[in-house]
Amino acid sequence: MKREADEQGLIGALSTGDISPDQPAWHIASPQPLPAPYELKPMPSGTAGLEGEVIEVSIGPHHPSTHGVFRMDVVLDGERVLRLKPVFGYLHRNHEKLGEQGTYLSAMPFTDRLDYFCSLTNNWAYALAVEKLAGLNVPERAQYLRVITAELTRVLNHACMIGFLLQELGAMGTPLMYAFREREKILDLFEALTGSRMMCNYLRFGGCRCDLPPGWAEQCTRVVEGLPRFFDEFERLLATNEIIMARTQGIGVLPADLAISAGVSGPGLRASGVNYDVRKVDGYGIYPRFEFGVPLGEHGDVYDRYMMRMLEMRESVKILQQALRDLPTGPVIDPKAKLRNFRPPAGEAYGRLEAPKGELGFYLISDGGPSPYRYRIRPPSFINLTVLEDMCIGHTLMDAVAILGSVDIVMGEVDR
Amino acid sequence: MDEGLRSELSKQGVFTTTLQELYNWGRSNSVWPLNFGLACCAIEMIAASMARFDISRFGSEVFRPSPRQADLMIVAGTVTKKMAPLVVRLYNQMPAPKYVIAMGACAISGGPFKQGYNVLKGIDRYLPVDVHIPGCPPRPEALLHALITLQEKMRGEPLAGPAPARHADPAAPGEYPVPAYGPYDLTPAKNEELWRPAPLPRGE
Repeated sequence: MKREADEQGLIGALSTGDISPDQPAWHIASPQPLPAPYELKPMPSGTAGLEGEVIEVSIGPHHPSTHGVFRMDVVLDGERVLRLKPVFGYLHRNHEKLGEQGTYLSAMPFTDRLDYFCSLTNNWAYALAVEKLAGLNVPERAQYLRVITAELTRVLNHACMIGFLLQELGAMGTPLMYAFREREKILDLFEALTGSRMMCNYLRFGGCRCDLPPGWAEQCTRVVEGLPRFFDEFERLLATNEIIMARTQGIGVLPADLAISAGVSGPGLRASGVNYDVRKVDGYGIYPRFEFGVPLGEHGDVYDRYMMRMLEMRESVKILQQALRDLPTGPVIDPKAKLRNFRPPAGEAYGRLEAPKGELGFYLISDGGPSPYRYRIRPPSFINLTVLEDMCIGHTLMDAVAILGSVDIVMGEVDR
Repeated sequence: MDEGLRSELSKQGVFTTTLQELYNWGRSNSVWPLNFGLACCAIEMIAASMARFDISRFGSEVFRPSPRQADLMIVAGTVTKKMAPLVVRLYNQMPAPKYVIAMGACAISGGPFKQGYNVLKGIDRYLPVDVHIPGCPPRPEALLHALITLQEKMRGEPLAGPAPARHADPAAPGEYPVPAYGPYDLTPAKNEELWRPAPLPRGE
């Protein structure tokens, strides 16, 4: 087979040393390194004459503030972070390898477990890539169902993210309880629709798995109508809280040019003032039909990243109201789509969408067989995490925890 | 004590108990779990501690970040081979009496990721698991049911006699060996005293 021949060739080449990196062309002057587009915070004065030494601290993988099994190796001068090295891999579950071993459809349940808060947007990103590969069309009603479930997922993720961020700032429980109260309402909808609370496995290539159960749309409308009241309550509780403002404003500033060059996407990028939303840029699905705004931040600090989530949830409610109003009737899956013996033609495709955490992409290479030749995920959490050190340097350790919370990572997606 | 006599006495308003029952009743209603989430199931564990499911009705809402203050380890999520030594070490750091709930398909067997090269096929290879919860992820109600099952188990534990509970048995191991990376896999691949594979039935 072609794949085995490729792998054998690669292994053979590696063992004989045939593959060597390209030699740099010596006659071309190497480009001068650009000045760093950000400035490091100067160390607080007054510590110069004091005796002491820097200490290395390993935070995690078992630590209540590291969102699961994430580890930071931190070098501290007193309480200030000098260096920070993220250590991954404690939740590496071989997702990409398993995706290449099974059929296309059998990778769909694994995508649920990538970012386990937002299983429906993960499903959609994978379905987008496969539909691009196989040239499948999606019926109107299925497009609306995808938008509705994706925006409900966004509300759920952002509410929980704010709850966890505030828990790390020391507000033990209360904001998280508010967020989980709303999460349960949305999860009830998901359970009625898909049969599972968290791992929905709802989308299929060319549509959705099943139609809405009776009364679902009315229940969803009631939940969506109740959401603005929750946002008002949440904002009254948090937005002008003195402690939150003191702990988050001016902390962990991410400059726009650094964010762009590091590939940061999602609310973290928009908090730095960059107007980039894949829903607007690509216009995938039927998003161009809806009227919604893209909120932008000014300072790029933790407070802006928190506020970005609040504003995006309000925009999501606008999309949800329009989608529920216009929901058409019709089939929910393309009748030409094959569920069994599905073999897309040889080729490659990259499907991406605006997941709640940023740009989530799936890159697939097909050799015409029943399983993908290459299956690669571009996870937003992982790439947003690369600027963690730049944001944390010069701040205290307790601020580093808040900055990590504002990046909004899920380890299932970081380690895959 | 004779059950008939006890029931007769309770009708008269006299409450009788043994020290063992009182002790087990007290500790089974204040099980403090370790605040320890590994993957997806941890979210449902948090959901179980929130307002709707409210694990504090069963006395277990005090999630402790430190293993030194915890009684119960809820292994919630996929245990990878990089994480397994740390899980065993955390268990060893907990003071006895201590209990383990394996929550979710991954923790009990590897679950959907069982084919993966980096996934441990069940934490019961290294730790004595008291209650297994299937499901991917289990609902919060399933976690509450596992907690009730564990409480019933704790209430029936004899503290003395020929077969005492694990924490009251001087012969039981205080610590379990922590696996380390070998050239191919974790070594040892399993704790022989705890886990033995089921015998393969062979046709005659």
